[in-house]
Amino acid sequence: MSLNLKIALAGEGGQGVQSVAEIITEAAYQAGFQALYIPNFGVEQRGGVSVAFVQVSSEPVSAPKFTTGDIVVALSHRAVERVRQYVGEKTLLVYEAGLEDDVRQVYGERQRRLAVPALAIAQEEMHPRVFNVIILGVLVGVTGFLERRDVEQALERQFGHKFAQDPDLRELNYRALERGYEIGRENL
Amino acid sequence: MAIAAQPQMPRVWRAETKPHKFCPGCGHGIVLKALGEAIDALDIQERTIFGCDIGCSLLSWDFFNLDTVQTHHGRTTPVLVGIKRARPELVVVSYMGDGGAYAIGAQHLVSSASRNDLVTIIVVNNTVYAMTGGQMAPTTLPGQKTETTPYGRDARLTGRPILGPELVAAIAPPGAYVARGSIANIVQLKNFIQKGLQNQLEGRGIAFIEALSSCPTNWHTNAAATWRFVEKEMTAYFPVGELRTPEEKPSGRFQEVPPYES
Amino acid sequence: MATRPVTGEQRAFMTGNEVVAWAALAAGADIMYGYPITPQNEIMHYWTRMASKYERGFLQTEDEIAAGFATVGGVLAGKRAFTATAGPGNVLMQEAMAMAEMMRLPTVVVVTQRGGPSTATVIYSQQELNLTCFGGNGEGLRIVYSPSSHDELFLYTIKAFNSAWKYRFPTFVLGDGYQSKMREPVTIFDPEARGITMEPCRPMVGLPGLPGEERDPAHLRNTYNLEDELYEVLMTAIKEYEAIAPQVVEWDTYAVDDAELLIIAHGVVSRAARAAVVSLRERGFKAGYFRPVTLRPFPAETLRTLAARARNLMVVESAYGQLKRQVQAGLYGLETPVTGYLRPGMGITPEEIVEFVHAKELI
Ligand SMILES: Cc1ncc(C[n+]2csc(CCOP(=O)(O)OP(=O)(O)O)c2C)c(N)n1
Ligand code: SF4
Ligand SMILES: [Mg+2]
Repeated sequence: MSLNLKIALAGEGGQGVQSVAEIITEAAYQAGFQALYIPNFGVEQRGGVSVAFVQVSSEPVSAPKFTTGDIVVALSHRAVERVRQYVGEKTLLVYEAGLEDDVRQVYGERQRRLAVPALAIAQEEMHPRVFNVIILGVLVGVTGFLERRDVEQALERQFGHKFAQDPDLRELNYRALERGYEIGRENL
Repeated sequence: MAIAAQPQMPRVWRAETKPHKFCPGCGHGIVLKALGEAIDALDIQERTIFGCDIGCSLLSWDFFNLDTVQTHHGRTTPVLVGIKRARPELVVVSYMGDGGAYAIGAQHLVSSASRNDLVTIIVVNNTVYAMTGGQMAPTTLPGQKTETTPYGRDARLTGRPILGPELVAAIAPPGAYVARGSIANIVQLKNFIQKGLQNQLEGRGIAFIEALSSCPTNWHTNAAATWRFVEKEMTAYFPVGELRTPEEKPSGRFQEVPPYES
Repeated sequence: MATRPVTGEQRAFMTGNEVVAWAALAAGADIMYGYPITPQNEIMHYWTRMASKYERGFLQTEDEIAAGFATVGGVLAGKRAFTATAGPGNVLMQEAMAMAEMMRLPTVVVVTQRGGPSTATVIYSQQELNLTCFGGNGEGLRIVYSPSSHDELFLYTIKAFNSAWKYRFPTFVLGDGYQSKMREPVTIFDPEARGITMEPCRPMVGLPGLPGEERDPAHLRNTYNLEDELYEVLMTAIKEYEAIAPQVVEWDTYAVDDAELLIIAHGVVSRAARAAVVSLRERGFKAGYFRPVTLRPFPAETLRTLAARARNLMVVESAYGQLKRQVQAGLYGLETPVTGYLRPGMGITPEEIVEFVHAKELI
């Protein structure tokens, strides 16, 4: 399978976009793909929007950053505006459903889009802290290049030490992943 | 001339490079004699590394039968700290002028002192930038004429002479040895330097010795005036003696820090 | 030494800064001296975490001047010593590296370029090429490697120690903030497993035997009294540098044989340049790619031969002409026009390069 996928993710610090990027690339790497992940970093790191650039490919990845993403994820008000430069005609814009108005304002009606009610699901059905894992599941679902097993292993590597202390947490994360995955599959 | 008389060379001096290159009446030769005698007394020639700065101290780059490295202006201490960290069994001596120690290399002195680096630093205080032709140094006395203070140093504009040993004594942790000697008392100076080397050998902490020295060339003085300046004027501003010894009881500020336990 | 940090070969997925720390460990580096600066910091962080396990040393100095000079001290003591820095730190580092150049000291410095001049950005650039190749008040008698991937970052960090100790010129690994911070697959290895023998280190001070009696003392200096004295020392070094240059110089090419347009880039940007060439070729355009792997010495001769066959040359870099000037100096007298796609402090993608090629009708 020939694959060349570019994903930009943006959110507020603490929303966990860097973890999502890290888990996806780690899983892709373990699954035998070429993968490259680079966070944005600057002097204003703490106050600014956190952006992650992810590339997965069957060929070695060239430049670390890219001009236009295949998928762009925006998880906060400021992020919607911040990722504008990476959104092209064919880009699929994935965003937290609560940001519907912002997205409409910045991108109009025509943009390919997928609203994910991740905040509501996390708060009502699970726990606020698995917000980003739902997003992770969505990305795994829409892209379809990863086996669930690869992602679960990457989750273990990232959070295994926390799961060991609190096994309920593992179950919670797996459920969040599954839930997001379904949303992603429906919109494939 | 009294200063130039050198009856007996220390063993560690390199005969092939004598007579040395300092001007007649220069204090550098006397300080290096004291250092040579201290090294002889401790029998550490085989493991001593001598580092000299830029300034007239560089003229000592082939002075001793010691492995020697001449570095950049103000950078001798970091080079020797680098050597010491890589090879702790060596004894390292950082030899420099007052400009090198207190102006361009001041951050290294402060940091080495607060780290209590195992290095023996000898600073030759001749109150001027000698090698470059006698400009004002951090140690130039108030009112003293130099090439850049032709009407005498104005302390209101250029500050007061820096007190190097007092500075080191104030910031170095327990175990440090700090003293100020003078070429006017070579026995005492040798003693201070020897204690400074001993401090490093015992791994107790930094050793810092300032030596009041002479520069007749840039002071434009004859022998008598040279001595008078060292013994009277300099000594009045820069008191000679020991400021810190490793045996002292640490004052409240310097309570022994227990090793960090993780 | 304690156990070997890397045995055989191991695949991993990590950041470039981690790669450098592992490479230095695998190369048997004895001690690192460093001063914090982004994007280099994690080299120190990983090093300090692993150093004690493998009995290696570390000292955090008061500034980069001290870090550079302490590294000089480390190599004088006969140890594989290194430091890492970037941007304004690289500026301060030059003083010690000039001394290393004069005294032929095998220092190793890893540079992770960030935006300049001044404090600028902590992110990325290729603006430290001039500084790293020619910084200091000297002739640029240095070896500078410009890796383009984590695999190369690992390999050339090891190689830097070997070239430094073999040829005795200060050696640099010129990385950048992107390489420092990005994660990608890498194969790390024990040099021995790849048949790489580490050049032995030997002390220049603290030698065995009583100096003056059993042997001559080592009297090392960088200051000379007369023009003639300096000239002689320098010319010896320059001739040696020129003599070893053919053994040291390295480059990489792709699709150059019939290339009408030759795209020239170094470091991480060369990945985009290569990808642009692939995509131009797919559409039937005769493009080729040339990358200097060593920026000092510069592979001018090889480039000249290739450039003479091309109709257009294009230099792509995240700086305003630092590589382009080296290229033009190397090609002096050649008629082939040289166009620059120069983006100081900016990342460059293959798409941009292709677009520029068409916009300027370079092919
Ligand atoms: C970076 C740098 N700045 C300036 C100089 C010029 N310079 C050489 S020696 C010297 C002053 C030396 O004075 P001091 O350290 O007091 O030594 P002295 O000659 O008095 O023994 C200066 C400024 C230099 N070599 N390097
Ligand atoms: S200039 Fe002064 S310090 Fe320098 S050698 Fe002559 S007398 Fe000594
Ligand atoms: Mg002086």
